[in-house]
Amino acid sequence: MNISDATERSIKNLFVAHRCLSCDIQEMSFLIILILSGVEADWFDMTRFPVLVSAVIAFAIVFYTTYHRKSRGKHKMRQIPGLKAVEEAIGRATEMARPILFTPGWGGDIQRPTTIASMNILSHVAQTTAVYDCQLVYPTHDPVIMSVAQEVVAESYARAGYSERFREDNIQYVSSSQFGYAAAVDGLISRLQPASIFLLGTFEAESLILAETGNSIGAIQIAGTDSTIQLSFFIVACDYTLIGEELFAASGYLSKDESILASVRSQDIMKVLIAAFLVAATIWATIDSNSTWWVF
Amino acid sequence: MRRKVPQFVCALFGILLFALYFSSHPLARALSQLVLVEYWQIIFAFTLLVGVVSFLKVNLKSIERGEDRPYRIVSLMGLLSMPIVAFFWGIKGGTPFMWIFENIQVPMQSTVFALLAFFVVSASFRGFRARSVSASVLLVSALLTLLARSDVGGLLSEHLPVVADWVRNNPSMSARRAILIGIGLGSVTTSLRVIVGIERTWLGGKQQ
Repeated sequence: MNISDATERSIKNLFVAHRCLSCDIQEMSFLIILILSGVEADWFDMTRFPVLVSAVIAFAIVFYTTYHRKSRGKHKMRQIPGLKAVEEAIGRATEMARPILFTPGWGGDIQRPTTIASMNILSHVAQTTAVYDCQLVYPTHDPVIMSVAQEVVAESYARAGYSERFREDNIQYVSSSQFGYAAAVDGLISRLQPASIFLLGTFEAESLILAETGNSIGAIQIAGTDSTIQLSFFIVACDYTLIGEELFAASGYLSKDESILASVRSQDIMKVLIAAFLVAATIWATIDSNSTWWVF
Repeated sequence: MRRKVPQFVCALFGILLFALYFSSHPLARALSQLVLVEYWQIIFAFTLLVGVVSFLKVNLKSIERGEDRPYRIVSLMGLLSMPIVAFFWGIKGGTPFMWIFENIQVPMQSTVFALLAFFVVSASFRGFRARSVSASVLLVSALLTLLARSDVGGLLSEHLPVVADWVRNNPSMSARRAILIGIGLGSVTTSLRVIVGIERTWLGGKQQ
């Protein structure tokens, strides 16, 4: 049974009151009404049941491949040219005594898995640049990403044993405005002339502006994003592009961590299951055009 | 401890938000709203302060060292002038704040956006060279789409728009969906790795 709009409105109003007044009685009444209001409402949304089933299957596969001893054997991962080129890009920058520029794009925030995947690559890049004493510049549009990136890079430098080489100022917040960010990063590329550029994260319209500027200075560019529209721009303007799940597999590929590699393998198992489901649904729909069991 | 507390908070909120997604109960919805909107805004406000301080520090240091001095001065002037004019004259229409926004910031943003048109041309010129079979397929598809989307396409042949639509809706969409499935699965496994604690790179990596 759905709860009435009036009750929902009163809950929202209580949230406002909760923010304005910080007295204990207010908080108590707020919690009591919330709990009481739950008596007549549904706790589980049945329309999301298929999503729950899919999620449980996905979790089971990930946990099985990650924690089951036999399945944690030696995993062989196919060569990903974009990730193989990471070392080459860092080496090139070191030889040319020019910096490396790494940026996560304007489209994402720290909640996005793409940004987390980008941080994983940043960690590896930072550790290598620390060893080679190569300058790593990281401009970003989001102060939360900046704080996390500072922590990731500082820890990577410490892990490499060169904490003193870490420069906090190299990881900088430039602007939250999309084209302000694009102009700032373009300016950095033009002035610093980095030998290698990593465009890894969530990009929107600024993708081609950055990639073409990088191309114009002759930098080796490695890009990857979860936006299929921007991928096409990266493919034509960058030297290497991480397509689709390659960006998410990077962490396992670069760190060679068994647990992460096992979870990457789970992606392949899920892909096979999805393909099998699609084939079965296609055949079923061809035979019985009125069937809808496969729709969710 | 430095890693365990953030890991615990991450796992707790990850599991909580996942569970809340499946509930239509007002309490669940209110809690989701609280975490995703209210808490997020509080975190963002604090880190924005850190970001602005970092921006000031970076620019002041560069000015002191004489690196890119003109650009840095303009950046600092922008950062400081906007809050000052907003504080004294407000942000409504007709105020100096809105005048600066409409006559300086918006045209500058439009200028950067307009660069995209030229970059698309230069990137297309490089990308559409028929050096291999796949590059030739790309070139032919691009030409078909380009012609079909312009008036010339319809005049040349009435089938051209139909063929272009077929290319867009079938081979192109299939490839796009395949990539999207990979991205979706990658997102699921990355999120799980972070929640369970297998992936700790975001905390600065594994403890040595």
